[in-house]
Amino acid sequence: MDTTMKKLPPKPIEWKKRILHWAIAIITVFLIIWSCTGIDFGGIKETAGQIAGAIFTGIFNPDWSYIYNGTGEDLVSQLWETVCIAFLGTFISAIISLPFAFWAAHTKHKKWYLSRLGKIVLAVIRSFPEIVLALMFIKAVGPGSAAGVLALGFHSVGMLAKLFSEAIENLDDGPNEAVTAAGGSKMNIIMFSILPNLMPALISNTLYRFDVSIRSASILGLVGAGGIGYPLIIALQYRQWNRVGIILLGIIVMVIVIDAISGWIRKKLV
Amino acid sequence: MADSAVKPIIELKNVNKIYGKDIVGLKDINLTINKGEFVVIVGLSGAGKSTLLRSINRLIDISAGDILIAGESITKAKGKELRMLRRNIGMIFQSFNLVKRSSVLRNVLTGRVAYYPTWKSTLNLFTKEDKQRAYDALQQVDLADKVYSRADELSGGQQQRVAIARVLTQNPDIILADEPTASLDPQTSRRVMQDLKMLNEKHGMTVIINLHSVQLAKEFGKRVIGVRAGEIIYDGKMSETPESTFNQIYSGGEKDE
Amino acid sequence: MNSTDPEKLMTLPKKKFKFWNLIWVIIFIGGLFISTGVTKTSLGAFFSNFGQFADIFLQMLHPNWAYLGAVIPLLLETIKMAVLGTVIGSVLAFIYALLIARNIVKNKTVTGILRVIMNIIRTIPDLLLGAIFVAIVGIGPVAGILALAICTFGIVVKLFYEAIETIDPGPIEALTAVGANKLQIIVFAVLPQVITYFISYCLYAFEINVRASTVLGYIGAGGIGLYLQQTLQVFDYAKTGTIIIVIILVVVLIDYISSKSREALMN
Repeated sequence: MDTTMKKLPPKPIEWKKRILHWAIAIITVFLIIWSCTGIDFGGIKETAGQIAGAIFTGIFNPDWSYIYNGTGEDLVSQLWETVCIAFLGTFISAIISLPFAFWAAHTKHKKWYLSRLGKIVLAVIRSFPEIVLALMFIKAVGPGSAAGVLALGFHSVGMLAKLFSEAIENLDDGPNEAVTAAGGSKMNIIMFSILPNLMPALISNTLYRFDVSIRSASILGLVGAGGIGYPLIIALQYRQWNRVGIILLGIIVMVIVIDAISGWIRKKLV
Repeated sequence: MADSAVKPIIELKNVNKIYGKDIVGLKDINLTINKGEFVVIVGLSGAGKSTLLRSINRLIDISAGDILIAGESITKAKGKELRMLRRNIGMIFQSFNLVKRSSVLRNVLTGRVAYYPTWKSTLNLFTKEDKQRAYDALQQVDLADKVYSRADELSGGQQQRVAIARVLTQNPDIILADEPTASLDPQTSRRVMQDLKMLNEKHGMTVIINLHSVQLAKEFGKRVIGVRAGEIIYDGKMSETPESTFNQIYSGGEKDE
Repeated sequence: MNSTDPEKLMTLPKKKFKFWNLIWVIIFIGGLFISTGVTKTSLGAFFSNFGQFADIFLQMLHPNWAYLGAVIPLLLETIKMAVLGTVIGSVLAFIYALLIARNIVKNKTVTGILRVIMNIIRTIPDLLLGAIFVAIVGIGPVAGILALAICTFGIVVKLFYEAIETIDPGPIEALTAVGANKLQIIVFAVLPQVITYFISYCLYAFEINVRASTVLGYIGAGGIGLYLQQTLQVFDYAKTGTIIIVIILVVVLIDYISSKSREALMN
């Protein structure tokens, strides 16, 4: 063996990177420790385990009689109402989203501050709590699923228009140029080039949003805006664990089925 | 055509284009193109061919100078006036620029949009005559059987011929073709060039083509314009152009790029 | 210019009728009619009552800044909930994702069953989980943290196991060849390839959690949502407005920081 082998040199140190990494690590740890302070972990009910067990038993021994009884207050009718809320709400939001998307899309022929402003407006809409919106609509049109539809329709604009505008930004400018070169107006460009090219993205994003809306629609009932959420909260309050069980099962099945259908349509249409 | 041949249809007067602060796109271009001419513009990529062509129908706004189309200034035109001038100038692109998901017919009909009020074209209310006109155009480029196919089902060469049918339906006096063959193989390139020649000879349209292929330029061009670093360095009849001129146009590439 | 050609020009043939397009349109329009009927939504009612909606909105636009002092402590609690929910959920997701990635665990029955469980957990919306946990552990932030942890789990585990399954298999083979055990393979071959993805997914989940945590209080699961419920119940919209503005500011700010860090991480 060669005795002149060099010793392992020390690892080269990149001070800047190292300090940054340590700083981030320390901040993260500090943040987590801080989060643990001041939260009352002792407030857990002694019966917690018992209730959790009861809910589990409820899921495996569901209240089958609740599935359908023809009163319109049963599981199937409530789930159907939830699906309808999501469907109509998504449709409304897709319509409203289009103009917003064109506003927020940063394209070649637009001032940057216009699209930036549009993006900020969308961010605000996204962050406006859906439940509060639902309550405001309940004040306007009364409690029930119509308020849920409107709340979903407006709230979803924040996310849907953002996705739409990203799709618009990704469009190839070539076909638009062709319409311009033929003497087309702005409206001509939208109708002949942008919309047809955009269609696949519009459809698949709307379907994706429909999946999200189904989940949202099933919580809107918690505040009285229609759908399956209302019977669930009632059942929880009255400790009807078997009914909680069947409702949870119903929601799980509904979401899985809708996800599968929308995935299938997405594949088929695009 | 004898007397109209001397009538200028495009006039560029002291045209300058500066990108950003100080990147020169076009430098003091003076150029007159007469009705019925078949012009090829040659030069290295980045020499300014595309800028020159696109400033004629104002897809690019020039920085100084004036461009007249049949005596009317396009640089000063606005709104409807600009669209009417553009209606008279067809354009063919390197990347075809078809709407891929629309039918061939709808793509061809796009050439007619400027003939309709916006609401009518939005509702797709094209007249029977115009639909027939589009179909006639497709027959001339031998694509009649594809009329209801989706554009993305067609090959590259076929797509470019749909673009030519689009221009034919637009029925302009001037055709600008920006590297129409750059994304095609040699055989389809020749076919596309023949179609452009047909537009020139049969329909009397004035055709201006950007080409980087010297071979195609020599084969089809009648008048040749050489561009280098944003300036016109040669302008003459193809038949009288010596080989040395092409060498000159295509030299000094390193400086330009 | 209108050159009518001497050549034979055919007339335009009729367009072929597309049966399936019609079916889609019928399903879609039928769906709209049915859902309008079921939900009893009427645009007329909406517009005639729009005044009331706008009125509430205008009151919210005149926030009560004096209320800010009361809001801040609960806002901090909300952020704490989001942090803890993210941490707990991410840790669980980290382990679980390694168990369901098919390039690590070869037994398809095990991964299959675990995946079904994961997919079921992913279907339940955050607020419903909150309501259930309130029923189990009682009112307070613990219910919220548990709900957020499960949501985080659902989000991170799916993204992370998919990232693990798309890694370059070369290093795994190399380590298997030198006789490494499962844990060594994970540490030396798998994790270096996916750890930045994992952090990025955690940040993404954190963004969603901050959003979700602000309303959890409405159903008693801790955080600022509690005041949302209290002020709305007494129609004190000026105070509600204060809370909403604070929520929007915090959410947008955290969104911005987090998405910028994710971008930095990925480069």
